[in-house]
Amino acid sequence: MTTTTEHTFTYTDLPRLMGLMTGDEKHGPAATSTLDALWVLYDRVLRVTPARADDPGRDRFLLSKGHGPMAYYAVLAAKGFLPVDWLEGFGAYDSPLGHHPDRVLVPGAEIGSGSLGHGLPLAVGTALGLRAQGLTDPRVWVLVGDAELDEGSNHEAIAFAGPAGLERLHTLVIDNASASYARPGGIAARFEAAGWSALTVDGRDHEALYEAFTAPHPGRPHVVVARVEPKSA
Amino acid sequence: MDTMRDRFAPVMARLLDEDPRVAVVLAEIGKDSFQEVMRAHPDRVINVGIREQLLVGAGAGLALAGLRPVVHTFASFLVERPFEQIKLDFGHQDMGGVLVSAAASFDWPEGGFTHMAPGDVALLDTLDGWSVHVPGHPDEAETLLRHAVGPGTGASDKAYVRLSVQANAAPMPVDGERFLTVREGRRGVVVAVGPLLDQVLAATEGLDVTVLYATTVRPFDAAALRRATSAGVADVVIVEPYLAGTSTAAANDALVDVPHRVLGLGVGRRELRRYGRVEEHVRAHGLDAGSLRERIAGFLGA
Repeated sequence: MTTTTEHTFTYTDLPRLMGLMTGDEKHGPAATSTLDALWVLYDRVLRVTPARADDPGRDRFLLSKGHGPMAYYAVLAAKGFLPVDWLEGFGAYDSPLGHHPDRVLVPGAEIGSGSLGHGLPLAVGTALGLRAQGLTDPRVWVLVGDAELDEGSNHEAIAFAGPAGLERLHTLVIDNASASYARPGGIAARFEAAGWSALTVDGRDHEALYEAFTAPHPGRPHVVVARVEPKSA
Repeated sequence: MDTMRDRFAPVMARLLDEDPRVAVVLAEIGKDSFQEVMRAHPDRVINVGIREQLLVGAGAGLALAGLRPVVHTFASFLVERPFEQIKLDFGHQDMGGVLVSAAASFDWPEGGFTHMAPGDVALLDTLDGWSVHVPGHPDEAETLLRHAVGPGTGASDKAYVRLSVQANAAPMPVDGERFLTVREGRRGVVVAVGPLLDQVLAATEGLDVTVLYATTVRPFDAAALRRATSAGVADVVIVEPYLAGTSTAAANDALVDVPHRVLGLGVGRRELRRYGRVEEHVRAHGLDAGSLRERIAGFLGA
């Protein structure tokens, strides 16, 4: 639970907040594929608040899969990073909230995204940059989609981060089986082959997500594959 | 004479010592010269392997964490292959950094076209906010590297430094901003960029023309070109060590309010499919003193 100046929001408020952007409080699995994982991260895992948005020691969350950011904006609004009354302008010319987020416009957004495959390399650099400054406490999280992993840039980052022992780096893969070519279990296997710690969980189960997000992984980067309903279902 | 690239690691070693914000990112190329520096600064000299999308993306990530990244490899793999990373991870994210290339035009002719990127500056011209430095001597490379990296630079300042094995015999007092006036004349203005100054001076020997020397080409020193053309004819030849015509638009913009002519000389667009030596490629692109003299004199009627 979070208190903003106007209101306290819980998980049950998120459909209404998303409805301010979509015009409907009912959302299909595609629109909410990231919702549960985002909520658990922002509610229970990430050590970042609007007051700490510029704190060098904050945890970083990088939304790499920028498509369908309504769930992300809803969580940011619920947590007080951006005003709820911005949500209705979603996509408008003078709205800071586009169909792909822009870090320059959205308070709390660590990166702008939309073109797939940029977040993981940026997260690797962020983790390296924090380590270089002796900031060993903050964690870096990056959310990618399963089909986003088609992009080769991710594999450059995955293959580097494991052997480099980037322990503070965490990847959250939202797996809604949207990749046209994929093998069952392939996602975790690719990370594991590069030396990552990997857990695969039900992306709607908040306790399972929390356990996976907070599982220890000494000396290695960590990936959580959160499985949700297939996009085509 | 040592090369500009020989100066790169020593300059970076000093900058890493002086400024805790500075970090270097490599993708295998150039790592041997950084062995010692890497031992002194293991967390701020990073080799990501042969991974150029990661090279640029991680460089920008370092900037997100508050560092000033200096990202280095051959121009083909720094500017062309990961171009979208430059556009988005630095530009769209509003992050600063310094890209330092080597072997851009034809520094390694035996290596062929896969290791040539004469279009690098033209490509960066499609983006906003990149300073472009083209030193013409190893001493100038040192000056311009220091200028590009800091400590006077802001967190969102973006710069490209183009190191080459082509060089002039003597350094000039470059400042990272302005063109220098090397000769003054009345029949036109020749802008010599970086390592082509010596060829241009030889080519224009005895001609009644002004020669400007440009090492920082973006932002383009429009005021210097306007000054140089105000005394005589507004006929301008730009001689650039990268794609011919790259700065023609900048010269046109500088002279927008006066009738003028601009001839852009540089590396041709056509792929030569030749190996050989640097001098042979200089000649093939018409950038040797003899070819330049013919083309410059013909255009200016000088």
